[in-house]
Amino acid sequence: MSHDDWPLWEVFVRSRRGLSHTHAGSLHAPDAELALRNARDLYTRRAEGVSIWVVPSAAVAASSPDEKDAFFDPAADKPYRHPTFYDIPEGVRHL
Amino acid sequence: MTAAGTTAPAHAGAPTGAFGAAGPSGDASASHAESGAGRTADLATGPAADLQAGFEAEFEAAIAADERIEPRDWMPDDYRATLVRQMAQHAHSEIIGMQPEANWITRAPSLRRKAILMAKVQDEAGHGLYLYSAAETLGVSRGELLDKLHSGRQRYSSIFNYPSLTWADVGAIGWLVDGAAITNQVPLCRCSYGPYARAMVRVCKEESFHQRQGYELLLALSQGTEAQHAMAQDAVDRWWWPSLMMFGPPDAESAHSDRSMAWKIKRHSNDELRRRFVDICVPQAESLGLTLPDPALAWNEERGSHDFGPIDWQEFREVLRGNGPCNDRRLAQRRRAHEEGAWVREAAAAHAVRRGTAPHRQGATARPAAVPEPTVSAAVPAAAPGSGGGNDAEGTAI
Amino acid sequence: MTADHGPGASAATGPANGPANGTASRANDPGIGARSGVARPTGEPRLTGAPATAALALGDDALVLSHRLAEWAGHAPVLEEEVALANIALDLLGQARLLLSLAGDEDELAYLREERAFRNVQLVEQPNGDFAVTIARQLYFSVHQELLYTRLAAGGGPFAAVAAKAVKEVAYHRDHAEQWTLRLGDGTEESHRRMSAAVNGLWRFTGELFQPLEGLGLDPAAPAAMEAEWLERIASVLGRATLSVPDGPRHGAWAAGAGRQGLHTEPFGRMLAEMQHLHRSHPGASW
Repeated sequence: MSHDDWPLWEVFVRSRRGLSHTHAGSLHAPDAELALRNARDLYTRRAEGVSIWVVPSAAVAASSPDEKDAFFDPAADKPYRHPTFYDIPEGVRHL
Repeated sequence: MTAAGTTAPAHAGAPTGAFGAAGPSGDASASHAESGAGRTADLATGPAADLQAGFEAEFEAAIAADERIEPRDWMPDDYRATLVRQMAQHAHSEIIGMQPEANWITRAPSLRRKAILMAKVQDEAGHGLYLYSAAETLGVSRGELLDKLHSGRQRYSSIFNYPSLTWADVGAIGWLVDGAAITNQVPLCRCSYGPYARAMVRVCKEESFHQRQGYELLLALSQGTEAQHAMAQDAVDRWWWPSLMMFGPPDAESAHSDRSMAWKIKRHSNDELRRRFVDICVPQAESLGLTLPDPALAWNEERGSHDFGPIDWQEFREVLRGNGPCNDRRLAQRRRAHEEGAWVREAAAAHAVRRGTAPHRQGATARPAAVPEPTVSAAVPAAAPGSGGGNDAEGTAI
Repeated sequence: MTADHGPGASAATGPANGPANGTASRANDPGIGARSGVARPTGEPRLTGAPATAALALGDDALVLSHRLAEWAGHAPVLEEEVALANIALDLLGQARLLLSLAGDEDELAYLREERAFRNVQLVEQPNGDFAVTIARQLYFSVHQELLYTRLAAGGGPFAAVAAKAVKEVAYHRDHAEQWTLRLGDGTEESHRRMSAAVNGLWRFTGELFQPLEGLGLDPAAPAAMEAEWLERIASVLGRATLSVPDGPRHGAWAAGAGRQGLHTEPFGRMLAEMQHLHRSHPGASW
């Protein structure tokens, strides 16, 4: 790894107002200012965005596949969190 | 959770974007490499071997169910190596592929054509970036991959070792070369590896204009003056056969095909895609008023597709081996741009350090900085010359 | 070719710009010819006289600089910069097409005028050099262009519509140039040396930017005001980049004038030869 390799950044783009930023990809840049500009040129050159976030890849904490079961399985058996769990008599409205 | 190695970016799903996978998926390659391939060694013996078998079973089940493999999932070393080789080659093809067309930007014969060509060559740089970005989720850095390209240890599609001699070549490249690439790439949008598939969705969406502009360019020439028509026919004559070679060697000789198909990295065989491409091109050539340079080309009623003449695989192998008309030139230009740009990249890096605006260096230049080196290097074998693989063998040019 | 040569006449200096010229044409698709035109705002009449000459001057600036930037394709110092430079070049080409179309047929004007009929400032035709030279050229030109287009957009004259669209693009070009000037000036020893040489080397082409240009519809005091503001802004960027403001003259010593009068530097002729060769080799052809 030579000193002219720039750090990696993750790019998040808000495609239009009212939507949240979603991950678009990554790129290399020496600092946040250029990362934002590179992201603008690379990921929004077809007018795909109205707002951009860049985050150093090294700063993202991610859940690990080892913890997948512990993280996500317990949520799978709680159907009472979903509206479809409940039976409502026909004819009852606005509920 | 934030130590280098266990964290890396979540390429969280971007339902509306090019990487649009549904749902969150940690694409964090560095950690992935550690938790996947890195773990293999530890688990090779003893009770851990059971765990290993469990991972394998989970992977196979995901493939069988047509689910996407994401960076932090366990995957076999060979799967990783195959993907890295194919994605790197694909990315390299994009950036080397800029050259034959950039060759005509400064001579484009109308301002409209000039704008189109500039935008297209720019897209190719962008596509290279998407693909390097996707490859980086597997624990290799772009810097490493570029080094391998520059030193000839990784290849790019051999089609770009042919010269673009006239303006009509810009049209022929768009119509035939991009056409062949799209035929290859559309199935890759369903590739089993999530980041690659998402990158391809974006690439395919953007490339739809590439082929059309080439076709339109050729149509204008074909319907133009005698000289323009002749220029168009000459370009098609020169690009037709190399375009067919882009699908890679015949199925019987394709080194990596079977395994890639089994892993759903690849969805159709080289010959199948090649036939599909020929069938698409024949009526398009007719509409253009140009002929394809193959006297054996004929509709085969029985098979429901076209028969075509033999491909000169000797030429293919020679070009692959480095003896094409432009191999040296393409690589030399690429290397020169990289070397001449070194002071610029260094300056920006130095500036960021001095101003304290560089993100922290740990794992900074790439996700894999956190990955045990041996794992990563072992996973990225150089294309073996003569294996029939490496380059167009996977049929992923452009 | 004289300084006040109108654009219409200039366009005719090419060897052949008429229709078909007797060349056997297979053209039977009217769409192709029609689509080669540019999006000239429909209903807007072509400019004549001084405004037409001004449209040529600004259009040529954009056309020539776009061409120079496009020469970077495949040679940029980093892939991200391939995309950035191409974006800027495409913006400029778009501006050029709008501006030239105000004065005549964009392709006739771009491809069939000879060197002496081009009205661009000499700064934009200067060869790319290393990345520092390209950035210095971008800095000098984009700061000027932003100041000018902001005024044109606000002025309501013949260029207000084009300028209103372009000024947003140009603000980004200026920002890109500034960002890089800071990094190269205050980067490594080598980058500082190169950037310093670049800002000094191009300094003598910057005076021409503020020669009053008839037909723009600007206040007569505008050029002097823009020049003062330009100097201030350039000094600020260079200062932050740890670079000195060059102290040499900002004009060439040659009394004959410069780009706006159709007098160019030697590399420009070669650039045009390359740019125009194919178009001129097929007189009357459609592309």
